[in-house]
Amino acid sequence: MEANKYLDDITEIKNIMNRSSRFISLSGMSGVLAGIYALIGAALAYIRLKTFSSANYDGFSGRSSALWGTDLIQDLILIALVVVVLAAVTGFLMTLNKSKKSGEKIWDATSKRLVANFLIPLIAGGIFCLVLIQYGAVGLVAPATLVFYGLACVNASKYTMGDVRYMGLAFVIIGLISTQFIGYGLYFWALGFGVFHIIYGAMMYFKYDRK
Amino acid sequence: MSLIDNINKAFDHRIRLGIMSVLMVNDHADFKMLKELLGATDGNLASHTKALEKSAYIKVEKSFIGRKPNTRYSATKLGKLQFKKHINALEKLIGK
Repeated sequence: MEANKYLDDITEIKNIMNRSSRFISLSGMSGVLAGIYALIGAALAYIRLKTFSSANYDGFSGRSSALWGTDLIQDLILIALVVVVLAAVTGFLMTLNKSKKSGEKIWDATSKRLVANFLIPLIAGGIFCLVLIQYGAVGLVAPATLVFYGLACVNASKYTMGDVRYMGLAFVIIGLISTQFIGYGLYFWALGFGVFHIIYGAMMYFKYDRK
Repeated sequence: MSLIDNINKAFDHRIRLGIMSVLMVNDHADFKMLKELLGATDGNLASHTKALEKSAYIKVEKSFIGRKPNTRYSATKLGKLQFKKHINALEKLIGK
């Protein structure tokens, strides 16, 4: 009898510790969808690059200045932006939906802390990437985005499901590996933002969402 | 007997356990946050925080955010130590 009461106490303590310090309504399925968007985006970017290089690769003009023609850059940035916005909106809506179900508030101390800690490395990384472009080190942009996104996940993992930490580490590792394969950024992007999101999103979905 | 000794009467209530649990993993929490997390009424929560404050297990800071009064709670060193002992005692009792 007594032992049961104490067991309840312990369960309650753990529950409150988690609920008060971690935002646990993050939707796993939205990770999967974000990964799918990223793969579609990567495929579109690949096609766009292919058509560009076959149209322009006539010996001389395939060099740097022509390669970074504004049309191509605009299209690639557009693709990236659409992917990011779609992924963010999907993630927000599905998380909102899940938090409604679980009774957790979407905008409370835990989610604010989660967002702040996620954004600090991410914004630093974004600015750093702009600097890389400024100095013409375009090849390092893809590795840098992967590394900083990974660090953002590692940092945010303290305030949500701990599993996010491992996804972050995976991003950091492939980001660092990709520094040795400059020019293959798109493939590493597809692997990270596409495949990793799908794998980890699915893992989280089966672990937390399907109850 | 020694096992029972570590069960701290000051924590022997759902709301008080809750308050301490929140303050163990958060540097501080305000009244509203505790209320929402624990699902307690104002009066109920106030009396339990007062009791814990009296035992010097939690620290209370009152301030103003703009014009609104804000009460902020944090666990003291003593409070954290005693709460850990309490949890250990609970775990031992369950383990039996």
